[in-house]
Amino acid sequence: MFGQYLPKKPRRVLILGSGALKIGEAGEFDYSGSQAIKAIREEGIQTVLVNPNIATIQTSEGMADKVYFLPVDPENVEEVIKREEVDAITISFGGQTALNCGVALDDRGILKKYGVRVLGTPVDTVRDTEDRLRFKQRLDEIGVKTARSAACNSPDEVHAAVREIGLPVILRGAYSLGGKGSAICETPEQLDAALVRAFGGGTAQVLVEESLRGWKEVEYEVVRDARDNCITVCNMENLDPLGIHTGESIVVAPSQTLDDDEYHMLRTIAIRTIRHLGVVGECNIQYALDPESRDYRVIEVNARLSRSSALASKATGYPLAYVAAKIALGYSLPDLPNAITRRTSAFFEPALDYIVCKFPRWDLQKFREVDNRIGSEMKSVGEVMAIGKTFPEVIQKALRMIDIGVTGLDPEAFEFDNLENELRNPTPRRMLALCAAFAKGMTVDAVHALTRIDPWFLNQIADVVRFRDEIKKPALETETLRDAKKLGFSDIAIAKLRGETEAHVRSERLKHNIRPHLAQIDTLAAEYPAETNYLYLTYHAQADDVATSWRKKVLVLGSGAYRIGSSVEFDWCCVNTVKAAQELGYETLLLNYNPETVSTDYDVCDKLIFDEITQETVLELWDREAPEGVVVSMGGQVPNNLAIKLHRAGVKVLGTSPESIDRAEDRHKFSGLLDSLHIEQPRWTSTTDVSPENLARVIAELGGFPLLVRPSYVLSGAAMCVVHEPQHLKNYLARAVSVSPEHPVVITRFESNAKEIEIDAVADQGELVLWAISEHVENAGVHSGDATLVLPPQKLYMETLRRIKRIARDIAAALHITGPFNIQFLAVENMVKVIECNLRASRSFPFVSKVTGVNFIREAARRMLGVATPVSCEALELDYVAVKAAQFSFSRLAGADPTLGVEMASTGEVGCLGDDLPEALLKALMATGFRIPKKGVLLSLGPVGDKYRFEREARILQARGLTLYATPGTADVLREQGIACTVAWKDSDDKHPSAVQLLNEGAIDLVINIPRSYDNQGRPDGYRIRRRAVDLNVPLITNFQLARAAVDALDPARPVELKPLDWASYLARNHRSA
Amino acid sequence: MQHMKLVLEDGTVLRGRSFGAHRDVAGEVVFNTGMTGYVETLTDPSYRGQILVTTYPLQGNYGVPARRAKGSVDAPFEADEIQVQGLVCVEHAKHPSHHQSASSLGAWLTESGVPAIEGIDTRALTRKLREHGTMRGWIMADETPVEVGMARAHTVEMAKVADLVTVRETVVYEGGAQRILLVDTGCKDNIARSLLARGATVVRVPHHANLREMVKGCDGILLSNGPGDPKDLPGLAAQVRGLLDSGIPIFGVCLGNQILALAAGGDTYKLKYGHRSQNQPVQDLLTRRCYVTSQNHGYAVRDESLGGDWEPWFVNVNDGTNEGIRARGRPVSSVQFHPEASPGPEDTAFLFDDFLRLAGAMARGR
Repeated sequence: MFGQYLPKKPRRVLILGSGALKIGEAGEFDYSGSQAIKAIREEGIQTVLVNPNIATIQTSEGMADKVYFLPVDPENVEEVIKREEVDAITISFGGQTALNCGVALDDRGILKKYGVRVLGTPVDTVRDTEDRLRFKQRLDEIGVKTARSAACNSPDEVHAAVREIGLPVILRGAYSLGGKGSAICETPEQLDAALVRAFGGGTAQVLVEESLRGWKEVEYEVVRDARDNCITVCNMENLDPLGIHTGESIVVAPSQTLDDDEYHMLRTIAIRTIRHLGVVGECNIQYALDPESRDYRVIEVNARLSRSSALASKATGYPLAYVAAKIALGYSLPDLPNAITRRTSAFFEPALDYIVCKFPRWDLQKFREVDNRIGSEMKSVGEVMAIGKTFPEVIQKALRMIDIGVTGLDPEAFEFDNLENELRNPTPRRMLALCAAFAKGMTVDAVHALTRIDPWFLNQIADVVRFRDEIKKPALETETLRDAKKLGFSDIAIAKLRGETEAHVRSERLKHNIRPHLAQIDTLAAEYPAETNYLYLTYHAQADDVATSWRKKVLVLGSGAYRIGSSVEFDWCCVNTVKAAQELGYETLLLNYNPETVSTDYDVCDKLIFDEITQETVLELWDREAPEGVVVSMGGQVPNNLAIKLHRAGVKVLGTSPESIDRAEDRHKFSGLLDSLHIEQPRWTSTTDVSPENLARVIAELGGFPLLVRPSYVLSGAAMCVVHEPQHLKNYLARAVSVSPEHPVVITRFESNAKEIEIDAVADQGELVLWAISEHVENAGVHSGDATLVLPPQKLYMETLRRIKRIARDIAAALHITGPFNIQFLAVENMVKVIECNLRASRSFPFVSKVTGVNFIREAARRMLGVATPVSCEALELDYVAVKAAQFSFSRLAGADPTLGVEMASTGEVGCLGDDLPEALLKALMATGFRIPKKGVLLSLGPVGDKYRFEREARILQARGLTLYATPGTADVLREQGIACTVAWKDSDDKHPSAVQLLNEGAIDLVINIPRSYDNQGRPDGYRIRRRAVDLNVPLITNFQLARAAVDALDPARPVELKPLDWASYLARNHRSA
Repeated sequence: MQHMKLVLEDGTVLRGRSFGAHRDVAGEVVFNTGMTGYVETLTDPSYRGQILVTTYPLQGNYGVPARRAKGSVDAPFEADEIQVQGLVCVEHAKHPSHHQSASSLGAWLTESGVPAIEGIDTRALTRKLREHGTMRGWIMADETPVEVGMARAHTVEMAKVADLVTVRETVVYEGGAQRILLVDTGCKDNIARSLLARGATVVRVPHHANLREMVKGCDGILLSNGPGDPKDLPGLAAQVRGLLDSGIPIFGVCLGNQILALAAGGDTYKLKYGHRSQNQPVQDLLTRRCYVTSQNHGYAVRDESLGGDWEPWFVNVNDGTNEGIRARGRPVSSVQFHPEASPGPEDTAFLFDDFLRLAGAMARGR
């Protein structure tokens, strides 16, 4: 039965994705887009997807009929509309990127021109919700309150509005996501500073709004169909009061401190508002609620799937994106079945019999100069969701899930110099500051006065902190242990408090039969039978909701919180592992706690356990489910770190043996292995001794500076540093050793002029089965996650490739690898050295799988499950070139220095295909925000050699008719070479025109700023230029090799055509040539 | 902290901690899946005689407002006193937080002499009730021998429950010119408030009042909700039957729907475990529009038992049970759900508008 409320069934629907993951727009849109594709395909309608994010599940085989790895912008999308003759489009499943693109397509008349219908919420409704002034007017029409505000088109108008409303105010940009460019201003100085930023990013309109700081922030997810049936699926309450962006807030669902009257007052307003606006599909509405009365304001409506809707979907089990897609196709809510119960209809509001807590994950320590405080702009890079029966249970789970090394509400996790300041000005460590405050005897009232967090939350946090004393008592009563588990203390947390081992606490627990039970998320609190296998563990249950089957099964561990260095790519790996196992007849169990993922969708695995990825949880599942084995190698470092522990606890780890994993992870063991295989590696040593004699020895042993230092216990580049002189080395070592005296610091010779190469491969019992070699555009020194990857390599010697393959084969054999692995190499000429080896799936597996057309993960999973069927992989014979480029989110991280280094800084990536490197590179760069310059280019090339080596590229820019601006040193060299340019002075020169001025005036639309590698501190000129470029949204390149490659692609002598070709068309070329 | 237990008629014993009065009680054990509204629910007379199990684990988060003046109908209370026999939940809030909170849930229950147990897996209990159907249960101190507790437990005689929950004598809440006769079989105060808010004067009478007499000067009759089996009120059904052709608009809510069905010659039956929640979807069979409703009933109207001059009005989207009926050609209708909400969604509050508009039109026509 097709939706009866759509006049004509579309033939081919275009779906816009959200592009690379960035702060404010992350994995949640892979979930919503994937659901939409499934929902539309089920109707026998063809689907065409535009999304350059190659690591997503939605861009995989078996999803959309056609996939375009192209930037989501009106130009590219128009080409696709033409080529595919689509007759309908959905713009609400790809975040703000898709929504903005859809509105632009409509504005430009492109949709009308090609007869493309917008399915779901009409574009005019989108405009009503996006334009602040229109929004306010629309809500005024029905007497719904919005914050007092004024839309301003210039700084002068802002000042006038502020005189009217009075400080404090909030400034926001229209059409922005994640609160970008928004700021709370309490003083005139703050207002001035915020104005520069607000009007910077090309924003034409800024909203000045009364500050409702301290009010409760509450959100409702609303679904409405074309027949005007309307429901609220979920409400959520932010623990953090208004003033902290909802993406930065700790959120609980359902609301906890609203009484029935407040809950339904806001619910009723939500339905009235959404009906009035005419949303067809899904949206959310955000409120401020006065904690002292029933006064409220509507803050905003997002007329699209959002991060909150993904969270609400996972929190309730209600498939919001799927239902929204069906409604867009003309179904009404009562026509649709409840996908969870399969017995009731989609027209209902879930009743929860549990509480969920969302907790953001920040990675601010990875950025230099960044402001550590959290506020009205989103800075977090990922989130987790904990499910349980009580607030203490979920908040403690959540604190462990974000994986920052804390065991829960631990007052001793951090030292706080100024606790009061920490509470008044929240940072990512806020929850732990609360604990410290309570441990020091601060009262709930005092903490409330500083934080404005509702006492309901504070009292329970204080209770948990107090309960630690009960746990510490010499004799642990059984009831105390039981209560501790109910309060969400982990075995490790209890063990630490008692000075015991985790194993001891576990055995005590088992002795008294204190174990968690599996509870179902069934959308209706057990009122009707439900066939759901969406589960969580809680110590408040007295029985399991579901029985264990007798099928052979496999447990796959997910990736946990998205963070810099680990995001959607590992979810792709997990989902593909689950599918491969299902194909082989296994019942699949998946353990993960990230609500932004597809792996946690109700219809991906056979049993989804939404809980912590720890030894404690895995053992509970191992004991009751008895799977054949556990997969730890697909979810990145979080599950991989458990390999050896689980192995020792008697769990069967599938694939490469945990001893081998340990041999690759342990620096000493791995180094010894390489030596025994006669494989070169950069010289290295490890030490804890900071004496001058020892440092001199280290420097001599490694052959001088620069050196790469890192503590050995941290992963994925965290806290790594390149040092160039003895004093830096001493300072760094002293700091690292004081933090962690038991772990030596690893010091490696840093090779700066080497190429970096990676191999992604699959082996079976030590034999290489599949491999793909990618080269980095950037020289070594840029973290592989930030580097631009080229597949197949364009600039490597055949001999180098042969050596790499041979090394991979030798390592695979020596470690008897079964499953995925990745090795990173340095290459100077034909000399190849191994830097790192990971016996797990790496970030680039989805990229190489999709580019080669061979699913490496599926193959790896099959091998791990003991199934070998011959495969061939011709990764080097490809008839096209693919480029993977990193997406940075510097513009959201106020103050952060946008340079690249050994620590990863990017939040996402894209992968694009082209006939040659220039085409693929340009597409990829444009998909991450690069725009081809049309006016002027600012060159600021730090290192002297680079200044000279850029001659050819400078001439190319000149030949394109671009005005060249250069900082004084660079300008001298260019003029020496006979290239005309205008000097752009540095701020410290105090001359006109300065580079920053030129940027402000809009004369420059590309900045190439290559920092000297050691000007980290004390040279603010370069920093100011880079930062201003980012704040003004002017494309910025900071790597020399990338700059050359990008400019080369712009050479007017060899014009590059950006062909709008779909993925399958490229793959088909291989079959022809094969 | 005292431990208490819930004993079910199938022999199940569930132990937890007491957070209410220390008293042995008995009653039918029912579950409610609402996530807010414990003040409204606990004071809803339809729960009289029952032990309430909440599936939402956390109760008492926002405390309890100051007790209202006797005789007022102020929100959020649905009656002056707590109506349930006992409360069972996972956990109650020791530190409630709300600008209107005057006491904790535990203190209110204790003062009211109502026992309450926390630390019970109410999801498992709900599954049991769903599979077995509602059961009789007893709450008593953990150390009390079951037979002793059962023998001395306070219980409500359900066949006569309506007499306990109805007003003693007629009460008039002055509003506007329009007068509505509210027949109280355990009426939630929000029905009166809903009528008052729309400008009507409410004449609240006991269920055994002489309706033909009392209706004089009134523009419409509202048959309220209430506890128990509608068949225990044959006198009321007979009185209503006598008014069906009077031309006076009649509107029934919940028990009122069942009374009306009996008056129309139809039949009612007991549901296996009832509907008690705030998320029940119903569909208007004429317009096909759906609404989310608040419900609390253990009995339902048997559609097919109604004569040809009656028709089903609303149906439950989940299980297809009757959610309302109406007479053809007469201004008489009723709904099984609660348009007055409190607790729950307010989607169907327009039914009060419709009823008063109809009453006004009929009055002008007379």
